[in-house]
Amino acid sequence: MSEADASVVIEGLRKRFEAPDGKPFDAIDDISLTVRAGELTAFVGPDGAGKTTLMRMMAGLLRPDDGSLQVLGIDVRADPQAVQNRISYMPQRFGLYEDLSVQENLDLYADLHGVPQEVRRERFGRMLEMTDMARFTDRPAGKLSGGMKQKLGLACTLVRSPDLLLLDEPSVGVDPLSRRDLWKILDQLIADEQLSVIVSTAYMDEAERCAQIFVLNRGKVLADDAPDTLREKADGLTYVADALPDAPARTLQARLIDAPDRIVDAVPKGGDVHFIRRPECEEAALGDLLSGTRFEPREAKLEDAFMLLLREHEGEAASGNDMATADLPPSGEKEAGRSGNDQEAPAIVVRDLVRKFGDFTAVASTSFDVRRGEIFGLLGPNGAGKTTTFRMLCGLLPATSGHLEVAGLDLRTARAKARGRIGYVSQKFALYGNLSVRENLEFFAGAYGLRGAHARERVKAVIAQFTLDQAAQSGILPVGYKQRLAMAAGLLHEPDILFLDEPTSGIDPLARRAFWRTITSLAQAGVTVIVTTHFMEEAEYCDRIAIQDAGEMLALGTPAEVRAQAGETASDMNEAFIAIVEQGRARHTDKKAAA
Amino acid sequence: MMAEFLAWLAQTFALVRKEILALIKDPANRTILFAPALMQALLFGYGATYDLTHVPYAVVDQSRSAASTELLARLDGTGVFKREATLASNAQIGGLIDSGKALLVISIPSDFEHRLTVGDAAPIQIILDGRNSSTAGAAAGQIGSIVADYGASLGGSPPITMERRAWYNPNLETRWTLMPAMIAALSFMQTLLLSALSVAREREQGTFDQLLVTPLTPMQILIGKAVPSIMVGLIQSTIILLIIRFWFQIPMNGSYWLLNLGLVSFTAAGVGVGLSISALSVTMQQAMLYTFLLIMPLMLLSGMLTPVRNMPQILQVITYVNPLRFGIDMVRRIYLEGAGFTDIAFDFVPMLVVAAITLPLAAWLFRHRLA
Amino acid sequence: MSGASGFRTRLVALTRKEVRQLLRDRSNLFVGLLLPLALILLFGYGLSFDVKDAPVAIVLEDRSPTAQEAIAGIGGSPYLVPVWPASMAEAVVLMRAKKVEAIVRVPVDFSQRRGAGDARIQLIVNGADATTASSIEGYVNGAIQTPSRHAADRSGGPSGGGVTLVQRTWFNEAGNSTWYLVPGLLVLVMTLIGAFLTSLLIAREWERGTLESLFVTPVRPIELVLSKLAPYLVIGAIDMSVCLISARFLFEVPIRGSLVVIIIASLLYLIVALLLGLFISGATRNQFAASQMALLASFMPAMMLSGFVFDLRNVPVVIQVISQLLPATHFMELVKSLFLAGTIWPMVLKDCAILTLYAVLLAFLTGRMLRKRLD
Repeated sequence: MSEADASVVIEGLRKRFEAPDGKPFDAIDDISLTVRAGELTAFVGPDGAGKTTLMRMMAGLLRPDDGSLQVLGIDVRADPQAVQNRISYMPQRFGLYEDLSVQENLDLYADLHGVPQEVRRERFGRMLEMTDMARFTDRPAGKLSGGMKQKLGLACTLVRSPDLLLLDEPSVGVDPLSRRDLWKILDQLIADEQLSVIVSTAYMDEAERCAQIFVLNRGKVLADDAPDTLREKADGLTYVADALPDAPARTLQARLIDAPDRIVDAVPKGGDVHFIRRPECEEAALGDLLSGTRFEPREAKLEDAFMLLLREHEGEAASGNDMATADLPPSGEKEAGRSGNDQEAPAIVVRDLVRKFGDFTAVASTSFDVRRGEIFGLLGPNGAGKTTTFRMLCGLLPATSGHLEVAGLDLRTARAKARGRIGYVSQKFALYGNLSVRENLEFFAGAYGLRGAHARERVKAVIAQFTLDQAAQSGILPVGYKQRLAMAAGLLHEPDILFLDEPTSGIDPLARRAFWRTITSLAQAGVTVIVTTHFMEEAEYCDRIAIQDAGEMLALGTPAEVRAQAGETASDMNEAFIAIVEQGRARHTDKKAAA
Repeated sequence: MMAEFLAWLAQTFALVRKEILALIKDPANRTILFAPALMQALLFGYGATYDLTHVPYAVVDQSRSAASTELLARLDGTGVFKREATLASNAQIGGLIDSGKALLVISIPSDFEHRLTVGDAAPIQIILDGRNSSTAGAAAGQIGSIVADYGASLGGSPPITMERRAWYNPNLETRWTLMPAMIAALSFMQTLLLSALSVAREREQGTFDQLLVTPLTPMQILIGKAVPSIMVGLIQSTIILLIIRFWFQIPMNGSYWLLNLGLVSFTAAGVGVGLSISALSVTMQQAMLYTFLLIMPLMLLSGMLTPVRNMPQILQVITYVNPLRFGIDMVRRIYLEGAGFTDIAFDFVPMLVVAAITLPLAAWLFRHRLA
Repeated sequence: MSGASGFRTRLVALTRKEVRQLLRDRSNLFVGLLLPLALILLFGYGLSFDVKDAPVAIVLEDRSPTAQEAIAGIGGSPYLVPVWPASMAEAVVLMRAKKVEAIVRVPVDFSQRRGAGDARIQLIVNGADATTASSIEGYVNGAIQTPSRHAADRSGGPSGGGVTLVQRTWFNEAGNSTWYLVPGLLVLVMTLIGAFLTSLLIAREWERGTLESLFVTPVRPIELVLSKLAPYLVIGAIDMSVCLISARFLFEVPIRGSLVVIIIASLLYLIVALLLGLFISGATRNQFAASQMALLASFMPAMMLSGFVFDLRNVPVVIQVISQLLPATHFMELVKSLFLAGTIWPMVLKDCAILTLYAVLLAFLTGRMLRKRLD
């Protein structure tokens, strides 16, 4: 390939950081790769793979320690400014000024990139139309929902047509609808302007859209291929199995994933379980794992290949990246906590819950129950009122009206007491960054009233359960580990109810599997789990899900029921979700039109 | 009941411990919290003085007589007045004073000695640089007494001798007055800012929600936030105290325990104000700016540099809500005057009132600011 | 895009952004404009080193007319208010209770010794406030010596001769402390505005992650520095005008030097102060540390070590050296002279050169802090 066709050429690149313990480690470890111009390229890989470091080096924000790095034919190390003049870069946090309005943010970046006024009008019009934000130009960016922020962030990087666009995990914390919109915009721009785009992502469906995929892990490139070629790696290893009779799909999924010597990966999907066997393990050897059910081969997907690659590499690295399962109750058995106890008092009762902020109704008359030991998923687009509902359930926000009961306690009267019975993991994994893992845990143990030997025992137990390094400083842990620590802190006091607000946002598939394995075993032990997520496939782990939009409850039921409500067209949860939200919005518009 | 209380205490302690750890784990924080107290105490101990030690002056001696030489010798003998120049004429005075090379110029007329011998009034002129009026005033005062002494030695009218005795500070050194005030003032600024940032920082970083979903009550959170700030304040005060006592050797006449008791109530009032600011602020920037906005008047109206007595009546009334005023008064009186509890009991009242209002206010705001 | 026009466009865009942010969060603007006003009023009316109406207990153990006459001046002093306790013991009680600031004791043998030319009066002051004590000593001394001389004159004793002192204070004839506090206030206000308003600007952008995307644009570090300087320079200039106007018209402090030079020097110092705030912000990258640093680096040094209230002539050499390192010291010297003495060109040139040097140095260092690198 000639230089002209390549947007990025990397040769023997190395970047060294100092670990918290003072030891240097290579975040980027002797990487060589070439990114073709005029294409969509994906960097995928688990947390700590080096995706962000690589992006930042390309953007001239970090200096490579070794090797050569050419972006658009320019040596980045020699002249970072020349590169920065020609590329656009959207960091993970979007880089918006929250106190400036949408229009002001756009103007700022247009001015900085020197976009001439006459070009600007046309460009802004197009951007606002594509992002569907023309109505909100006066709104401060801080008041936008996560999905809108992401679209605005993208629009700001696209105020002019860059020679190369770098997007660092653009869809973290963004709902499926916004994600779909984002990709529509990208597709269109690539078609119209032959834009070269490099995107790092944890979503395989996003990677699938790219022409070329680089799979990164621990600073190395594991694979570099087109999606179809990559997918072939998992051919013949993928299967679909029926769920065990009288048990949710996740029971079988847990059993499978607990056998890593034979199974690479297993996820619940559409009521069934999709799994991958290890290449060295013959199909015949799976028999006892799958006793009592039927399984058949299925077509391999990109995610299967990705999981396979990672497991292989992780195996070589012989790491303890997986959450230890030693403390988890054995899977596959009858779920102790939740069988046939529908008569028992529900863990959470919500009746006619309303929350208003001034004239704005964030949550409109909402009612639902959550049974003990149930995994209850709260889904909805950004800004749908999920977080508000969540905050009310946790006692962080008083309800405007309605009745709220958590663990049998009325939240109006016994808030402090109710708080002692719940665990809460917030979106930002809010922990004290400059304290060590152990110090954070000791604090939360104390705050929840654990003392003496019991406290020490619990801290030890969760450190073991989540394979945490107790001396590590929390603030500089990789995202996946921060999330584990947050979970560990939330579970210290063995709460009856666990609230998880987007616990898997920004987390790679490997860590997500481990995370859900913990959740399912907690539910088995009788803990009620309320969870919000933007990964719709994760809804498959839930006993029941609720879909909220614009403060209204649009759907409530088991994943199968919700899929059914969405209608024929929805083949998976993602599509079901989009269908239900769009139906809901159409109804709303009709009502308005009628009125 | 007892068990419940112990549980409550253990919970609170966990929070206090976390706050302290979060504060001192970062080496930069440690430096920023404790080194400045030390440095400032030393710097200001030497730097903040009204006592004249070096007065450069110039002379226009047109008399050039024995009498004028004798007078000037007396001046030079003080060790304070340093003759920088001997000028030929009054015309040169301007440049010397303008440039600040001389603080004052003494001009002795040619008929000085003659007038003295014939018994006439013999005026000499001093020209002072009034850009710093207190230095000018003090220098003029000293020259006045030197001249008066000289006059007396010539057998003029015997003046009434005034024997001055100064309680608690025999040589009337300004350092003795100022430094004890620093025990309260220096630590006050940093603890106020520290507590003002504490909640605002957790809000900005999202950890405050995490704190609010634990069973900790607002009262416990308040204690958890207040205690470390108070401790930092007390440690700073102690550092400054030690420097004053042992480096500058200013004798301490009062009870160390009473001083600490006073400092605790004083710091608690400051922290209460800080936490209220913090609970009201959305961002750290707001917390910081409001703190700064408040610190300035509190410092200026504290009596640290200029006595409260000299202020207009209305401002004197306003100072009653200023914990720093009573903190400084209390420290000075305990440290220098050796005041006992009954002497300064009144100082506690405004400080405790401020603490009793601001601390619960902050606790209430923790939860109610959110909505 | 050509270099110069790109520079201008970006600078305008960034400055507009800073102005908008400044106007959105009113706390900055509020503090930036209110703080100087509060300080002006406090300095002008609240702070005074000038003792007035200080209660002084007079214990007349000798009630003779000679004694009465000796202390008569105290009643006439505009600074002192006599209080008449019955005994020394009672006076001590008053003093301990802070009801009086000093005790003047005329001993029993006063008139007797006066005749012998060896009269003594005892003065007891409270050294806990040494400044006030010294002032009172001066006033009491003055009040007593004046009538004693008159008495001597009248009695026809040896008089007329002796050295008299004719005192002339240049620049501040009345020795009014407001005259030197108010010009110093200008320094203080500029210092505070600079440090407080700008010290969080860069740290906040680091913490919120906005710098990362700003870096990957054609923007140059110096443009970031200048854009963060400009809006606050306007606020500072407003504050400066308020200070100057109130100094001249409210407190009637003379402005003897050139107003133009005062304004230029103030703007120069303002730039230094703002850049110092920005430098702290860029160096710490963290709002908590930045605000603590700003507090430590601005207010107290400007107040205590710049020659504002404490004359630098009186401090040890080490402290003098340290104070010379503070930009505030140079501006303080300059501004006091410009107000009270006039335009002394050598001083103006020297101090302005030093301030310019600081401005260039700080701009360079702050630019380095923003040199578009994350590591």
